[in-house]
Amino acid sequence: MPYIPHTEADTQKMLDTIGVKSIDDLFIEIPDNLRVKGQLNVPSAKDEAQLFQHCRDLAERNVDLSRTTCFLGAGIYDRFSPATVGAVISRGEFLTAYTPYQPEASQGYLQTIYEFQSMIAELYGMDVANASMYDGTTSLAEAAIMATYVNKRKKVYVSGAIHPHAREVLNTYCWAMDVEVVEIRTQDGVTKDYSIVKDDAACVLLQTPNFFGCIEDMAVARDAARANGALFIVSADPVAFGLLKPPGDFDADIVVGEGQPLGLPMGFGGPLLGLFACKKEYVRLIPGRIVGRTVDGEGRSGFTMTLRTREQDIRREKATSNICTNEALMALASTVHMSALGKNGIRQVAESTVRNTQYAIQKLKETGCHLKYDQKVFCEFVLSLPKSAVGARDALLEKGILAGLPMGGRYLGDENDLLVAVTELRTRAQIDEFASALKEVLN
Amino acid sequence: MPNRIPESANMRWKTVREPRLIFEKSSPGQIGANLPKADTPEVDLAATLGDLRDGVEWPEVSELEVMRHFVNLSHINYGIETGFYPLGSCTMKYNPRINEVTAGLSGFRNIHPLMPEDTVQGALEVICGVKEYLMEITGFYEITQQPVAGAHGEMTCLMLIKAFHAANGEGDKRTVVLIPDSAHGTNPASAARCGYDVKSIPTDAEGNTDLVALEAALDDTVAAFMVTNPSTLGLFEPNIERVCELVHAVGGQVFCDGANMNAMVGTTRPGDHGFDCMHLNLHKTFSTPHGGGGPGCGAIGLQEHLAKFMPAPVVTRGEFEVFLDYDRPDSIGRVSSFYGQFLMAVRALTYLMAYGKEGLPNISRYAVLNANYVKARLADVLPAAHDRPCMHECVLTASKYKKLGVRALDISKRLIDHGFHPPTNYFPLIVPEAMMIEPTETESKETLDRFCDAMIAICKEAEEDPDALHNAPATQIVGRLDEARAVKFLDVKYKKESEEPVSV
Repeated sequence: MPYIPHTEADTQKMLDTIGVKSIDDLFIEIPDNLRVKGQLNVPSAKDEAQLFQHCRDLAERNVDLSRTTCFLGAGIYDRFSPATVGAVISRGEFLTAYTPYQPEASQGYLQTIYEFQSMIAELYGMDVANASMYDGTTSLAEAAIMATYVNKRKKVYVSGAIHPHAREVLNTYCWAMDVEVVEIRTQDGVTKDYSIVKDDAACVLLQTPNFFGCIEDMAVARDAARANGALFIVSADPVAFGLLKPPGDFDADIVVGEGQPLGLPMGFGGPLLGLFACKKEYVRLIPGRIVGRTVDGEGRSGFTMTLRTREQDIRREKATSNICTNEALMALASTVHMSALGKNGIRQVAESTVRNTQYAIQKLKETGCHLKYDQKVFCEFVLSLPKSAVGARDALLEKGILAGLPMGGRYLGDENDLLVAVTELRTRAQIDEFASALKEVLN
Repeated sequence: MPNRIPESANMRWKTVREPRLIFEKSSPGQIGANLPKADTPEVDLAATLGDLRDGVEWPEVSELEVMRHFVNLSHINYGIETGFYPLGSCTMKYNPRINEVTAGLSGFRNIHPLMPEDTVQGALEVICGVKEYLMEITGFYEITQQPVAGAHGEMTCLMLIKAFHAANGEGDKRTVVLIPDSAHGTNPASAARCGYDVKSIPTDAEGNTDLVALEAALDDTVAAFMVTNPSTLGLFEPNIERVCELVHAVGGQVFCDGANMNAMVGTTRPGDHGFDCMHLNLHKTFSTPHGGGGPGCGAIGLQEHLAKFMPAPVVTRGEFEVFLDYDRPDSIGRVSSFYGQFLMAVRALTYLMAYGKEGLPNISRYAVLNANYVKARLADVLPAAHDRPCMHECVLTASKYKKLGVRALDISKRLIDHGFHPPTNYFPLIVPEAMMIEPTETESKETLDRFCDAMIAICKEAEEDPDALHNAPATQIVGRLDEARAVKFLDVKYKKESEEPVSV
């Protein structure tokens, strides 16, 4: 039996100690009519070599973006991550640990979480960060719900330029909590109509760079929130804030984000990493886990989960959130990634991204396409094609290039709009090739 | 003779025993990664982006120092691969290494969730494959893997129930969720997150749902009853069909908390018990690693009447290919970014295929054997809270040591000195001085014997030298930490020594 070590002799001795004749005798409390009769209707067991072959065959049925040039982003990015990340997170001491409820035997993990919190809080310019949420979209929804707890209002105002999936998750969470979601309209690719925000607002939610890659004016959104006594919540791509002035400098109350660009593979969109940071005055309402530093009886410094009275296992229905298991291993991956990049590396990655993006804009404009929005952008932009974006995307895939996201239908654009992302991994040659292939396809 | 230890060895020892923060190892100008160098033209950053920040104060360390830092920290952390981890309710079984290999395949890691569906058929086949195994194992009509953790799965189930009642015109009326007093804390927290009021249902003397109390609480305001089966007492609910009938009779729905699915795999199917929906923890039952507290994977199973409310898109097997079905007008909407924890689904599928139809029942059979063995061996020193065959975990009580000043926590902390991870303490809340032990099927008799020997020795020590327990653990890098101080002087973010700490 794979992974089950019992010999027949062991099993017999154990049954003798328990005082029963067979393993079946241990299941007597399950009514007979509820027992599975015969075998389940699933395939036969495979050995390890067969498992590998089967999975390798499935993996090979996908178009592998380590071999196809990727200009698709929309929240998940093809970014570089050093080999050290995989080396650390595959260590069994981390990989196979549970939540560090026993701090004495979990100091290693707890310290990395403290370091993670510190680096995320620093990146966003905030007082505190928690020890991770599920992903960027649920992190945003949790922030909105937290705002309703802070000021007891039941209406959230959200920019029309946040990621459509984030909007959908926000709608789902708010529906369940009887919270109303109101959209702030956009104009020319950025959020504009803040006059709609009223003094019933629990919060104003803004994403920057937004879904179109455009950099939003955080000061205007903050002023709209402040004028109405609402919290100001920003969803922020972490890499962009290697260069941009962080949300904390704009007096954001809560900052959330998707941590995938900080060292996680795209992995078909999971597992991801939700980032969550806030001002210190809200720390007792923060969802999820927080690790703090303290001392033991002999005065030795150590780490432990803290502010635990917010959490579901203690407060039950009065908890600030139901979140329990989060994305600890992904947070560890990003801690290694952030440590490896350091102060200079994050700037270099962000700067390379800007250079590559600007170069791509210049080259792609020469193909007869134009930029839909005339705004400052980071990493991503909306390209309007003279014909269907789906057709162009499919034709370019034949040439080994994944051109981006066709925006017609579910993605806040017209049939001819393509959302293009250009990370630090793209080269001048790849961008040139993309531009010339697109030109061919369009002619 | 300390002078025989060379100073260099002492230094090595100190890096592990007195770890510094990575910020404290920083020296300006160092970098720990060989990053891509842009070959595109330079740009004026301020003109292109607007306001720029000062540098991000992340540590500056070499690549070797990055590895040493985290490897040394791993040495002061305990995982399943370190030793026995009998944490009740958490199913800390072996996480097969082949699963890491398959999940690491480039064709799975390097694919984007918004690629055209015909370019990710292998990935969609994985999700569909897991779904089909889980449908057969649980007996449910549909499975979605969009919820990304157990609590997320619970909440999603309650959302489906809420949508179901709303569609029947009973949304405003059904405002109450019933939850047993033995339930996990996530149950009431998830109910609150769906706007429900929570009412507690007591457990009877045998450890089952108190049917009289349940009947008294049932009326047409009840939206759902959330049942953990087997219960958190490690006991199968023998009246489960009756429980479901009673709730259904007043129009309520019954949710199964699937944290304890490991006791049932291949032996009994919750979908046959009368449940309307349940959540699963692939990171418990189906061996995806816990990773220090995630990623989880909170797939949910549901009966046909709830299927139309599932989060869209639904991964669906068509005639020629697997596709994403967005045409779900009654869907509650998305609950996470994409299709769930895909790389965890690869691991779960690998695991399920390794067992196959021949092996799957052995998971529950040997998990239950191991738990009953531990319960029998410890019966004299730590009696079970209920004298019945347990399922995959046993709940023992250490209350007889309380008069000696020894608590369950003290016994647990002493176990660390014996090289074992402690069981779950003080849960379920209804058992005094509870110690909840879940050995899982992947532990050998030899390991269980060593663990039981240690427990017996500790219980003896409790009578002879209780202070040895109060002072435990004595073998770790730190002893018991001052948690009150951690709250009072909140230090959750590194500051250079010249800066003021965050205070609240």
